[in-house]
Amino acid sequence: MTIDRVSGFALLMIAGFVAVESRVLPLGTHSRPGAAYLPLVLAASLGVLALLILFKGRSALPFGKIKWTEGRHALAIMGACFFATFAIEPLGYRITLLLILFFLFGVVERMKVWWSLPLAFGLSFGSFFIFDTLLKVPLPRGGLGL
Amino acid sequence: MAETLQNLLLGFSTALTPANLLYAFGGCLIGTMVGVLPGVGPLAGISLLLPTTFGLDPTGGLILLAGVYYGAMYGGSTTSILMRIPGEAASVMTCIDGYAMAQKGRAGAALFIAAVGSYVAGTASVIGLMFLAPPLARFALGFGPPEYFSLLILGLLVLGYMTGGSMVKNLAMVVLGLLIGMIGIDHMSGYFRFSYGVVALGDGIGVVPVAVGLFGIAEILATAGQAKRPEVIKPKLRDLLPSGEEFRDSVKPIGRGTVLGFLIGIIPGSAHIISTFVAYAIERRLSRHPEKFGKGAIEGVAGPESANNAASCGALVPMLALGVPTGPIPAVLLAALMVHGINPGPLFIKEQPVIFWGLIASMYLGNLVLLLLNLPMVGIFVNFLRIPYRILYPTILMFCVVGVYAVNTSYVDVAIMSIMGLLGYLLRKFDYETAPIVLGVVLASIIEMSFRQALAMSDGKYAIFIQRPISAVFLAAALIMILLGLRPLIQKGINRGWREHLTKAEKGE
Repeated sequence: MTIDRVSGFALLMIAGFVAVESRVLPLGTHSRPGAAYLPLVLAASLGVLALLILFKGRSALPFGKIKWTEGRHALAIMGACFFATFAIEPLGYRITLLLILFFLFGVVERMKVWWSLPLAFGLSFGSFFIFDTLLKVPLPRGGLGL
Repeated sequence: MAETLQNLLLGFSTALTPANLLYAFGGCLIGTMVGVLPGVGPLAGISLLLPTTFGLDPTGGLILLAGVYYGAMYGGSTTSILMRIPGEAASVMTCIDGYAMAQKGRAGAALFIAAVGSYVAGTASVIGLMFLAPPLARFALGFGPPEYFSLLILGLLVLGYMTGGSMVKNLAMVVLGLLIGMIGIDHMSGYFRFSYGVVALGDGIGVVPVAVGLFGIAEILATAGQAKRPEVIKPKLRDLLPSGEEFRDSVKPIGRGTVLGFLIGIIPGSAHIISTFVAYAIERRLSRHPEKFGKGAIEGVAGPESANNAASCGALVPMLALGVPTGPIPAVLLAALMVHGINPGPLFIKEQPVIFWGLIASMYLGNLVLLLLNLPMVGIFVNFLRIPYRILYPTILMFCVVGVYAVNTSYVDVAIMSIMGLLGYLLRKFDYETAPIVLGVVLASIIEMSFRQALAMSDGKYAIFIQRPISAVFLAAALIMILLGLRPLIQKGINRGWREHLTKAEKGE
């Protein structure tokens, strides 16, 4: 299995998914195209391109040869991103970023706590001051008002 | 001519206000930092700064973001010359001879010529932009929905062809971007599409979370945990001046790079990167000492650096004149205009002369600021490269979160950024380019509107796209692009050198 075959198959699945999901929308007519018209045209185009990628993909890099050397870091960063998504409004910007930065500096990068904690604190509270207070970009304060 | 000069005076009266001067200076400074730091490209830099412009007037906001754009293109040369790491893809060619010069103790001269070349190219291409954009916009006033649809299709196909890697894969990414752009309320019928009850998706997927996710987060995911940085060569200020011979050898390459870069920059796709390859190849071909190339030839720095800056200015021509972005960076600039309630398109220059001419004038000033800023402060910028990456990437992540959240004050945007980051990371692993997705997202609504309006005009007859002459010309050019893209599949042994070089440059190899 090559990377092109795997990705071509994934794109084909996306095309199929869009086509199926478009059924709930009005297709319209050629003279008055509905909300599903262009998504269906695009899904068909994506399907054709995915098939081309699939068929031409024999000589691509084997899937097993992809290097994931940065995988541990990537996983931690993705976790931090999703944590930010769900915590930023209930906990507020400063607390959320303090926790994320402390996690990345202290746990992932294994920096000493007397470095990572003040750095995380300075960056999270400092950026809040710059963006929210100085530049008037509203940032969430959370339930605790922080 | 007289009208243009009068408009330019209007532009200078706008750009020379203290506030706008400050925005131009701030944009150039931040842009240079963005360009210097590997991993923070101009696109992520502009996207992250977008929310900070919400409180500004549209002219000030655009001046700031444009400053970041060409500042980043300018700053990318520093890491190329001093570390052999391109700050952004367009600086790849500068690495070759720039770093070789640095190893010979001529880093200062290489930086000086890069700065002067960028200044000359930047200033000359602003003149080109000034004279080309208004007549192009007047011509485009005659465009109806069929012409717009065909033009956008042509633009996307050219993008697919001119971006590195496989054209089929690039086109698949364009279509994926268009599909992502379909999410939200259908403006013609009011139906919610692919929103699954998430009200925040009603307005559609914003370009900022998509761009920051695909370029900022994906870059962090791919590079975090990397090995120690290579050593930085720190130039001394007294060594900055090039010798008389170096200066003479640079004059013609700067001129050629400027013209070439501006013309190539107008084309959609990775034009600014391509222009540097072409400039380098031409300089080597024309040189009396081609054997010096790769070993520290000043022409190998002057040509590509001038081309790169001229191309970044050329890319603004279709965006300002037609409202059609040619790449992800003009797309985000376009989104910035729309955030401020300005509709880009052929009427933009006529209806918003203060913004257009203010931007033009600020670009003249910005180029001067960059020249004055980059050379004396190169030692300070070099210090940014000493920040360990384990401190840098969490900080960049923080800016990504704040930048994306602030656009709509919505956690949904942070979620979109995270998903796009993961998608961008996986797409890199699977050898896909992500820039076409951003352009697809931006153009989706315009393409759909013009497509449906054109079909409504013709009572459902597709022939309207070939019956109207301008539209037919665009579609014929699009067909040529498809055939050019298919040529390597049909004819074996075709020279695909430039595409392979481009692919490597975009991957930072």
